[in-house]
Amino acid sequence: MASLSDLAQILRSKNAGPLFVTFDVIFADHASFDQVLASHILTETLISQLYDVPAADVRIIPYAAARAIKITIPRKVISGDIRDTDIYGCQQHLPLGNIWIENSRGDI
Amino acid sequence: MKIVALNGLLGYGYTLESWQQALACNPDIIGVDAGSVDPGPHYLGSGTSFTDRFAVKRDLSLALPEAIRKRIPFIIGTAGGSGASPHVDWLCSIIDEIAQENRLTCRYAVIRSDNSSEYVLEKHCQGKVHPLGPLTLDEEKVRQAAHIVAQMSIDPFIRALDMGVDLIIAGRACDTAIYAAPAIRAGFDPGLAYHMAKIMECGSLCSDPASASDVMLGEIGPEAFTLTPMNPGRRCTVERVAAHTLYEQENPYLIREPDGTANVQDCQYEQVDARTVRVTGSRFIPADTLTLKLEGSCLVGYRAISIAGINDPMTISRIDELFTGVKDFITENQPAIAPDTYQLHLKKYGGILADPDPALAAQMAIIIDVVGQTQDIAGTICSVARSRLLHFDYPGRRSTAGNLAFPYSPSDIKLGPVYGFCLYHVVEVADLMENIKITLGGYQDGQPV
Repeated sequence: MASLSDLAQILRSKNAGPLFVTFDVIFADHASFDQVLASHILTETLISQLYDVPAADVRIIPYAAARAIKITIPRKVISGDIRDTDIYGCQQHLPLGNIWIENSRGDI
Repeated sequence: MKIVALNGLLGYGYTLESWQQALACNPDIIGVDAGSVDPGPHYLGSGTSFTDRFAVKRDLSLALPEAIRKRIPFIIGTAGGSGASPHVDWLCSIIDEIAQENRLTCRYAVIRSDNSSEYVLEKHCQGKVHPLGPLTLDEEKVRQAAHIVAQMSIDPFIRALDMGVDLIIAGRACDTAIYAAPAIRAGFDPGLAYHMAKIMECGSLCSDPASASDVMLGEIGPEAFTLTPMNPGRRCTVERVAAHTLYEQENPYLIREPDGTANVQDCQYEQVDARTVRVTGSRFIPADTLTLKLEGSCLVGYRAISIAGINDPMTISRIDELFTGVKDFITENQPAIAPDTYQLHLKKYGGILADPDPALAAQMAIIIDVVGQTQDIAGTICSVARSRLLHFDYPGRRSTAGNLAFPYSPSDIKLGPVYGFCLYHVVEVADLMENIKITLGGYQDGQPV
């Protein structure tokens, strides 16, 4: 078992415009990229629970050329809203990084 | 065609060595992105720059005079940080100084992309304004917008280049337009041009080591484009370039532009030498309807804050309850200030009571945050909330001398006007020059002509 944070080389969040936050999980090799995809743990439902957004608004898109999984969600408060605590949206990645990825082979 | 990106944002800096290397490559165009919507609504709303004047002038002073002398067209997009008229004027005043100090002789175009509330509401009535996400169009807020801009496409840049100017100072623009416009004008494939532009607009962020404060060279040909960092200590790698295609994008495959979409799903990334990556396969799909992205910001109120630390674990564990008590106290004791004239929030940092022994709880930081209709209302509510929370006596309290550790005197800080995005929408347009204003100007030996 390892967390997504352990497995990923890059784990980042950033605004995609002021209304959305986009996460990039980028792996150092295709083995870990494939392992995470094959685990089917990253689902719209899980992301919606972690970030308290409707599952229908969660987009999860793998990009094999970069060994990356991109996840985009609407911001709960838009950038610069009175209640905002992260204008750039670049410190939202911790809940995503803490997801545990099962390895059915038992290693890692 | 060789295009140089000075850095990822005008004012971020770059090394002289990288700039000299860029010049040695004989570029056809030099460009720089001078703004972003990332820093939030304040700068668009207030008409001020989030980029520092000294830093911006430094970046331009080192590059612009030499570019002019060598007759390499210089393109600046999203001037002044947000690209509305006051921001454009701000950058033009810096360029006036540089022109004078360097006795420049050149012709320039200023391209403005401001939009009025009336225009937006008229288009909205026609059903031509569409949301991009969880921000609905509120007509009253659009009416009150301080500034509205549209992200201009490649068309105004191409128009200005056709006029033969040496320098383009553009207001709010698509980040890609700065770099894609000259390439598309020269006949290169728009799919490749937009993809290259999307990556290089951040300067050397797509290299290893990465930096938004360094120079990047993009070279586009009929079948491919390449990227090479101008700092000899950096190298573009397939990993970095492919990863940067994702940066700040909602979707990894699609780069949406006013005139269509660049699809990068089937791209091939290739390491051609130690420091250069070659990209092929980016395809452009023209749009059925031309659209421009609108950004608008309106005044929301005036802010006052008070920042404090709390060490006492009992206070930390009860802070929400205490703050509710503070709000009740204010409602009862300040009836002259109507509750709908301000919003009072508590922002909390730290204070994680992970250890069962409360004596070992970590320090918490709080911000008492008030936004009011006037600065006076915000200031009054903030001061009452701060003093009440400081002296709030709860059952079992031991630290009866005060609950809050202030890092500053004054404890209350007036932040001035607060703005919020009232528009982040697309508008359908008949052509991409809609509402664009181009004015020509020039310098002779540093004097405006």
